[in-house]
Amino acid sequence: MSDSVAGRVPAPAVRHPTWWDRLRINRNWLGFWFMAPAAAILILFLAFPLGKGVWLSFTDAKIGRAGSFIGLENYEWLGLPWWRDSDGVFWLSVFNTLVYTIVASIVKFAVGLYLAILLNQNLPFKAAIRSIVLIPFVVPTVLSAIAFWWIFDSQFSIISWSLRHLGIIDYNINFLGDPNNARASLIFANIWRGVPFIAITLLAGLQTVSPSLYEAATLDGASKWQNFRFVTFPLLTPIIAVVMTFSVLFTFTDFQLIWAMTRGGPVNSTHLMATLSYQRAILAGNLGEGAAIATAMVPFLLFAIMVSWFGLQSRKWQQGGEDS
Amino acid sequence: MASVEIRDVRKAFGSTQVIHGVNIEIEDGEFVILVGPSGCGKSTLLRMIAGLENISGGEVRIGDRVVNDVPPKERDIAMVFQNYALYPHMTVADNMAFSMKLRNAPKPEIEQRVSKAAGILGLEKLLDRYPRQLSGGQRQRVAMGRAIVRDPQVFLFDEPLSNLDAKLRVQMRTEIKELHQRLKTTTVYVTHDQIEAMTMADKIVVMHDGIVEQMGAPLELYDRPANLFVAGFIGSPSMNFVKGKIRAGAQPSFEADTGGVYPLNTAPAGSDGMPVVYGIRPEHFQLADNGLSAEVVVVEPTGSETQVVAKIGTQELVCIFRERITAKPGETIRIAPDPNLVHVFDAQSGARIS
Ligand SMILES: Nc1ncnc2c1ncn2[C@@H]1O[C@H](COP(=O)(O)OP(=O)(O)O)[C@@H](O)[C@H]1O
Ligand SMILES: [Mg+2]
Repeated sequence: MSDSVAGRVPAPAVRHPTWWDRLRINRNWLGFWFMAPAAAILILFLAFPLGKGVWLSFTDAKIGRAGSFIGLENYEWLGLPWWRDSDGVFWLSVFNTLVYTIVASIVKFAVGLYLAILLNQNLPFKAAIRSIVLIPFVVPTVLSAIAFWWIFDSQFSIISWSLRHLGIIDYNINFLGDPNNARASLIFANIWRGVPFIAITLLAGLQTVSPSLYEAATLDGASKWQNFRFVTFPLLTPIIAVVMTFSVLFTFTDFQLIWAMTRGGPVNSTHLMATLSYQRAILAGNLGEGAAIATAMVPFLLFAIMVSWFGLQSRKWQQGGEDS
Repeated sequence: MASVEIRDVRKAFGSTQVIHGVNIEIEDGEFVILVGPSGCGKSTLLRMIAGLENISGGEVRIGDRVVNDVPPKERDIAMVFQNYALYPHMTVADNMAFSMKLRNAPKPEIEQRVSKAAGILGLEKLLDRYPRQLSGGQRQRVAMGRAIVRDPQVFLFDEPLSNLDAKLRVQMRTEIKELHQRLKTTTVYVTHDQIEAMTMADKIVVMHDGIVEQMGAPLELYDRPANLFVAGFIGSPSMNFVKGKIRAGAQPSFEADTGGVYPLNTAPAGSDGMPVVYGIRPEHFQLADNGLSAEVVVVEPTGSETQVVAKIGTQELVCIFRERITAKPGETIRIAPDPNLVHVFDAQSGARIS
């Protein structure tokens, strides 16, 4: 009975798939089912709080009072920088956040890249040095903040002490008491904490570059600098895009370090949007207003993500071979 | 173009010496192949010529200049790496133009040289592709194109074909040889594949454990291997080696420890009873009624020839016959080594006895 029976099957035996069958076994829907648990978790823990936050920003909720919808009033209070009655502290925090993020990210990138290249050389005690570099990253933020607090203390600062003993200054530097000093000190602390992440990630990227590329370039006549400029750097751009996106996002939303060291002071001069939002929402109890400040961070973050999204789009040379 | 001279060159990595005094002379325009088993120091030697490794002792000359202390980019050599080492972020054209761009060569000259090299290698249609979008053979060609554009004094190749499949390897072998005949640039080529060496080289340098075992034209090495190592390394399948003693006399012969008496044309004076290794290539056996009787172990016909493993006494020998063999395993055939083509080596030193 091995001969073909095609065409002899009685018609009713073929059951047409129902919509439920399709949902269950269609390849595209199958993908959806596999994704569903992850999507559910993301919605529950990410989208919901975000949505709730945005919703709060449209209400006059206070701690202990549900509040009611008031439209854009919270945002009107914040105003725009050129309005006469705009919220100066808020706009100062925006300015601070931008300065903090831009300066810290640029310096972190430069120092991180430098360290990565250094660690990629054949140094003695390479393994030990690599682990030492990681220390700032491993120490809990609050702990390092407290350490910096002491380092930058107005009376007991080791920096002031050393400089005094070297005879370079004859007074203690008021690190955290003066607005610009405080900003610089915080940026320094942030850089100290952030450099290892960048250095180690870029080091990992450097190690994927085949040494024979450098040898080929050297034979082609490239100097050390040209090796870096024409071989290392272009090959590193994809990983630089990733690591700098993360770095910018983390720096922009930084909270712990500021809160532990200055709480936004002196006179609000080191408030970032995150710390100001916390202060207004939780400490002052104005949930709606705090939520509006937090929501105001979203456009900035979206902008950063867009930049890296387009920067991250895999370059042509990374794409595989469709042979013609 | 230039000659290359390697004089008593040594190399040590830390305390381990890997090249123990090597002397090679490469004439202008010659195609020289360094061949030897993996780990014998071929790449290290090549990289010392390129300047990628410093030279622990001795002297390397390119042309009439000692280059020991000349940085790689001033040696005017181009190298093709085993993994091709193409810049992944540059197109084929940019890969080939890179060295000239670094020298700030004028644009028209760059374009002209790149398109000439691309023409030679048949890469015209691929100039805008990235290395990822190329097949292995095409990448190999781009790597050569990069070298050709440089128009260097010396080409260095480090196992350029070992990442290709067997068929492509044969094809590229021919292409590289043609390329050399066309450009006549002095070439040093490293491989562990003796067939590559035999088919491509003007001169073969056989290396083993950091020394040169023998140097010469391919057929010279095949016909008169200087020692057991070269005898075993050159030729495929390998030469058969039989241990035993010389029986001198009016009609000299070789008596194998494993049983059997093999023919010899001549024996050096006073060599009676001398322990030697008798070497005979598989293709130098003949079927002959007056030959030694041998028990067939395996018969492998390939169509054009038949490879037979046969046993004389307890010694297994690989033989290749032009004839088709109908014998079955276990049966006896009569085989005769051609006494004009046997090799005799000193059992102790392994050196050839004339
Ligand atoms: N950078 C290095 N450090 C230490 N030993 C090395 C190094 N490069 C090669 N060697 C050793 O030198 C010997 C020769 O290597 P190589 O020239 O690469 O051999 P091959 O003939 O296979 O190309 C090997 O034993 C290898 O282990
Ligand atoms: Mg090698």
